[in-house]
Amino acid sequence: MQWMSPKEYEKMNQKASPPTPVWKTVPMAFLFGGIICTIGQLCSMLYQNLGADLETASASTSITLIFLAALLTGLNVFDKIAKIGGAGCLVPITGFSNAVVSPALEFKAEGLVLGLGAKMFVIAGPVIVYGITASVIYGILCRLFGW
Amino acid sequence: MEWLIACGKAFLIGGLFCVVGQLLIDYTKLTPARILVTYVVSGVVLSALGWYQPLVDWAGAGATVPLTGFGHLLAKGVREAVAEKGWLGVLTGGFTATAGGIAAAIFFGFLVALLFKPKDKS
Amino acid sequence: MPEKVGKATIKLGSSPSVYAFAAVGSKKEEEGPLGKYFDIIQQDSFFGQSSWEKAESQMQKQAVSKALEKGSLAPGDIDFIFAGDLLNQCTGSTYGLRELEIPFIGLFGACSTMAESLGLASLFVDCGAAARCAAVTSSHFCSAERQFRYPLEYASQRAPTSQWTATASGSVIVAKDILPPYVRSVTFGTIEDLQIKDANNMGAAMAPAAASTLIQFFEDTGTNQENYDLILTGDLGFVGSRLFRELTAKKGYPGVAEKHGDCGLMLYDRENQAEIYAGGSGCGCSASVLCSYILPAMREGRLQRVLFMATGALMSPTVVQQGESIPSIAHLIYLSAQPWQEKGEGSSWNG
Repeated sequence: MQWMSPKEYEKMNQKASPPTPVWKTVPMAFLFGGIICTIGQLCSMLYQNLGADLETASASTSITLIFLAALLTGLNVFDKIAKIGGAGCLVPITGFSNAVVSPALEFKAEGLVLGLGAKMFVIAGPVIVYGITASVIYGILCRLFGW
Repeated sequence: MEWLIACGKAFLIGGLFCVVGQLLIDYTKLTPARILVTYVVSGVVLSALGWYQPLVDWAGAGATVPLTGFGHLLAKGVREAVAEKGWLGVLTGGFTATAGGIAAAIFFGFLVALLFKPKDKS
Repeated sequence: MPEKVGKATIKLGSSPSVYAFAAVGSKKEEEGPLGKYFDIIQQDSFFGQSSWEKAESQMQKQAVSKALEKGSLAPGDIDFIFAGDLLNQCTGSTYGLRELEIPFIGLFGACSTMAESLGLASLFVDCGAAARCAAVTSSHFCSAERQFRYPLEYASQRAPTSQWTATASGSVIVAKDILPPYVRSVTFGTIEDLQIKDANNMGAAMAPAAASTLIQFFEDTGTNQENYDLILTGDLGFVGSRLFRELTAKKGYPGVAEKHGDCGLMLYDRENQAEIYAGGSGCGCSASVLCSYILPAMREGRLQRVLFMATGALMSPTVVQQGESIPSIAHLIYLSAQPWQEKGEGSSWNG
């Protein structure tokens, strides 16, 4: 198509495409993210009341949230909540859990090893790769310069 | 009363972290996986600069539950392991500190995948 | 006999007849405005199978079987079948049709496959290579999601420009016969690419192909939108339809907008059905709208001349991840309630 340049077309596209309704998505993200973190806070305080120290309580809280998100993913509910909550469900550790569980569930059809096992980290894998890499670089800096 | 204030702080900071994520999704077209990566790496960096720990002290779960908290945990683990074990700590610190969360995600993921079935959206 | 007209149009002198047709859909398609016109609706989108890929194959098989049944034909009566779908290696077709033992020609044209397969089937019949040919395509929301996007249970929000892959299939049987509608000509499109890279905006990627093919057809035949009742695009959706109308208007056909309809906007009710966003998409979208609503309307004489133009985004997730843009294609089938005449009315392109 020689009578239309990609640049000009992109302008037309911008005009024709409806914008994301940020006035809805952003408050929802705040609300859902806030609620998930509040549940986390309540868990953490409960575990501390039961005698755990802060660090143990914090780790147990993460594990609890990971479990809940995994279960809701299995029950076909998490994606429906996240449809409304958006980043409010994605950014907390629940989003990481969902990113691990959903491909495992989806690709079970291709077998327990090459499906479930191999595909489990197709989405969440990069989080581990870049998280660990960043931490190792930081560790080297710590060791060399006593950061 | 104290617990209510703690929850309010967690709600506020946790909510704000998610607002930033939502703005990134809506305005930058970054895919969700990229946003998760950005959060974890930012957490490592913020923690390394010493800025994240005060936030955790103030907001509790509001700072530890978002994935930046995961990054903070990685950095904190490495920092402590290096002090304790030297060079070996550089490699073991991150995974050791986050082992619980990662193992939980893998194990629960495995269980859920075994027990449930994906469903069509309707 | 087929005769080339202009640059890309082939006139089918014997006017092959679209003899029988059938559409299969699932729950969301039933809830849409065209739900009641489908031949088969399966509430269970697994179609009684154990995987989404198998479900899609089953759906495609049902579409062909139903069309055969409606035409009182057996699989052995079909000389060749042209089929395709969105999945890698076209597994929806190969596994769905293997038991029928009809000589098989697998096609990939993304969502344009219905026009591609119908065009080739008509050509085979017109040139005498076959007495009867079948054309079928399908798409399934779940098998497409897991191949092109995310796992079903993954928590992603969809962009307002994204489209919903139809869980649907349509099949037609083309024969030398005397039942309307008739295929008067086919126009094969060129690959167009205006550098759209957003996989969540397929409509924008495909609109240039639709505009280009339509304009080519107008130039080849010396006609314009006034000669037709309906210009039906495949799955441009809301965004793509707007762009298609703007593009054709820019090129001197502002009247196209009044005759234009889009299968992606007809299959679902965007306002009242959840998650449709910019409209329907997928091979099954245009195929099922054609077979459930358009072809019956033509047979009953409610529509006389229709330009059916299925549009396809020839997207590979791998190559798009490498930074490439999304090329697209559109093929046009000129359907008419009247066959070509020797002379007088119905003997020329614009009469």
